[in-house]
Amino acid sequence: MSDAQAQDEHAPEAGHEADYLRADGGLRGWLLTIDHKRIGIMFYGLVLLFLLLGGLFAMILRAELITPEPTLIQADTYNRMFTLHGVIMVWLFMIPSIPNVFGNFLLPLMLGAKDLAFPRLNLASLYVFALGALVTLGGAVAGGADTGWTFYAPYSTTTPTAVVPIVTGIFILGVSSIMTGLNFIVTTHTMRAEGMTWTRVPLFVWAIYATSVIILFATPVLGMSITLVGIDHIYHFGIFDPALGGDPVLFQHIFWFYSHPAVYIMILPAMGVISEVVSTFCQKPPASYMAIFISSLGIAFVGFFTWGHHMFVAGMSTFDAGVFGALSMFVAIFSAIKVFTWVATMYRGSIRFSTPMLYFLFFLFLFVFGGMTGVAVATQSLDVHWHDTYFVVAHFHFIMVGATLTGFLAAAHYWFPKMFGRMYSERMGLLTSAAVFAGFFLTFFPQFLLGNAGMPRRYYAYPERFQWLNALSSGGSFLLGGALLLTLVNLLVALRWGRKATPNPWDSRGFEWETATMPIKHNFAVPPRIQRGPYDYHLTEEEAHARVSPG
Amino acid sequence: MPASRLAEHFEDLEKQTHAARLGMWIFLGSETLLFGALFGLYGAYRAMYPEAFAAAAAHNSIWIGSINTVVLITSSLTVALAVVAVRANLGRRAGVLLLVSLLFGVTFLVLKGMEYADHIHHGILPGSAYHFHELPSAGANRFFSLYYLLTGLHALHVIAGMIFLGAVSVGCFRGRYDNRYHTPVELGGLYWHLIDIIWIFLWPLLYLTRP
Ligand code: HEM
Ligand SMILES: [Cu+2]
Repeated sequence: MSDAQAQDEHAPEAGHEADYLRADGGLRGWLLTIDHKRIGIMFYGLVLLFLLLGGLFAMILRAELITPEPTLIQADTYNRMFTLHGVIMVWLFMIPSIPNVFGNFLLPLMLGAKDLAFPRLNLASLYVFALGALVTLGGAVAGGADTGWTFYAPYSTTTPTAVVPIVTGIFILGVSSIMTGLNFIVTTHTMRAEGMTWTRVPLFVWAIYATSVIILFATPVLGMSITLVGIDHIYHFGIFDPALGGDPVLFQHIFWFYSHPAVYIMILPAMGVISEVVSTFCQKPPASYMAIFISSLGIAFVGFFTWGHHMFVAGMSTFDAGVFGALSMFVAIFSAIKVFTWVATMYRGSIRFSTPMLYFLFFLFLFVFGGMTGVAVATQSLDVHWHDTYFVVAHFHFIMVGATLTGFLAAAHYWFPKMFGRMYSERMGLLTSAAVFAGFFLTFFPQFLLGNAGMPRRYYAYPERFQWLNALSSGGSFLLGGALLLTLVNLLVALRWGRKATPNPWDSRGFEWETATMPIKHNFAVPPRIQRGPYDYHLTEEEAHARVSPG
Repeated sequence: MPASRLAEHFEDLEKQTHAARLGMWIFLGSETLLFGALFGLYGAYRAMYPEAFAAAAAHNSIWIGSINTVVLITSSLTVALAVVAVRANLGRRAGVLLLVSLLFGVTFLVLKGMEYADHIHHGILPGSAYHFHELPSAGANRFFSLYYLLTGLHALHVIAGMIFLGAVSVGCFRGRYDNRYHTPVELGGLYWHLIDIIWIFLWPLLYLTRP
């Protein structure tokens, strides 16, 4: 059915209640809300703010690197700048972005629940997040730190810069992460609507679920490792200080025990988005639900046993390095399973060319490229050459910035009508996504070449012969920054002037589209009963709708 | 049963209780890993300095450690009995049992404090302030730094657990729980048992593994 009016009528609860944005007005209604959708929107605002801030720091770094010799900022400032860039992007944008914004907003809608299992905990996690962000940025104002986002001991325990507030802030952010992750897991277990069996749970939910498992088991270890750094700063325990018999390499072990899984905390939610997008815009179920689901859990599990690949040159035996390298390859196998499944989903689908779909294609390209270079650096003999060069920088940016950010942007466009009840300009969407991709590629592809030619990471000045590649990279980064701003403008314009969205503008079979657009405060007037899967494209839209009956 | 116990977004109390219980278990798993990082460091340093660790553990008073173990295990028993009592609609008795558990908690902390005082008196301070002449080695220094971290983190958990149990016992006396609704008592109990279990690992690592 294409007529918006008619669809509105058979949407279970359209018209009776105000939507979530209008439900209780006023500042109080927002600040004290326990509605998961409003909390998601508030997180949205915060993470976008931090994306801009982190991006600004990156621009300054890239501007400095246009020329080999110092121009814009002092060497010291440069060090603080890249530390802040990393810290903000990792803990204030990448990790919370998709789970806390889209996970919060969509999980209950997709599960047919009225809210998350612990709505007050959810609100608390927002405030804890804000507090953590304040403390971290307070550390930035107090001079920042010059350790890089990895806080390697013993430098991090002895540098006179403001390490303590920054690690305290990150610790608090970790607490917020754990609160959210716990909420998502319990919600998935206990809040599914009647008839939603385990194999009817949408893949995005599974991705968030797997992410939450990693968050719960990795974040406390990170919390402890940076707490030890902080304690050493305030009171010299010397846990990692060789002068007192400590071993700095142990810091790297526990840091990467978290931080390797943390990269999957960042990518898995994006993979969840991508699974939904490809299915909707090909009007086909994913080629294999089970393959995507199992590989998510597989990645979550194996990811805990690969941390050593960050330490090949930190005094590891060849044997251990081989084991960690081989285990890392397993992650690549699971990732490849996903990639093939997504590609196979497109086969014989009726593909609809749209902004989220374009982001899907970019995601695929960047993820495969980044993943393959991951396999390359997981090979010890090669990594000895590439470790701590721009090659590694390019590797992880391809995946984290490339893949995770395209996943985030795909979600921002795909669910925009659901969240705000309006349509964005498709033409601008396509244009900006192409510009994001071009800017991205131009920024980071030269960095592979730079790294391979021997340019170390985190350097402030460099030999003349690296200049043209660096200049290219800087130019790309400005293009990327501009494209991201334009994307934001496009969405903001749509917020106000966009065409009103129909309840299911993409003809999706996802359960979230069965609620009113925009959803009411408690999502469903009557709890739904589910009698089909989330990707039943063999049903017509009326049939599909009838099988998500109220009551 | 008062309706207010059932949050709006749950269909029935059973589901709500199930959610709360599951949430607590997951949280406990996460807490374990917080200690896990320190246990990992302990393992690594023990492998590096086996003799120094054994000698340093021998310096810790096996008496205080063991009495504290008994104290904590008994407190877990009284907490478990409190849960039984509240299930049998005996709210007041549950409250009293929880207060007894709190007393055990206080005993534990006092003994721990005495032990700390004794260590400090001997110059056993963590890290660079360490000046214990009997065991001057770097390995012993590692042992005692970890000892402070592990027992300190554990003591923080004991205090948090006591606050939790204290609040729940007030609820017991006010008659807030009965045989149908007693989730907070149960969750407080679970948390307390975790604290107990972690100590059961600390006891051998810090007191018993001596030459
Ligand atoms: C196919 C699977 C992957 C493999 C085998 C892999 C392998 C590696 C290896 C071996 C390194 C260390 C290189 C070095 O320091 O010399 C590394 C670094 C890194 N990778 Fe990957 N990677 C994979 C996927 C990912 C994904 C999905 C992400 C993020 C979403 C990611 C993010 C990172 C980050 C953040 C670093 C290092 C950061 C630093 O040193 O500052 N990787 N990867
Ligand atoms: Cu890794």
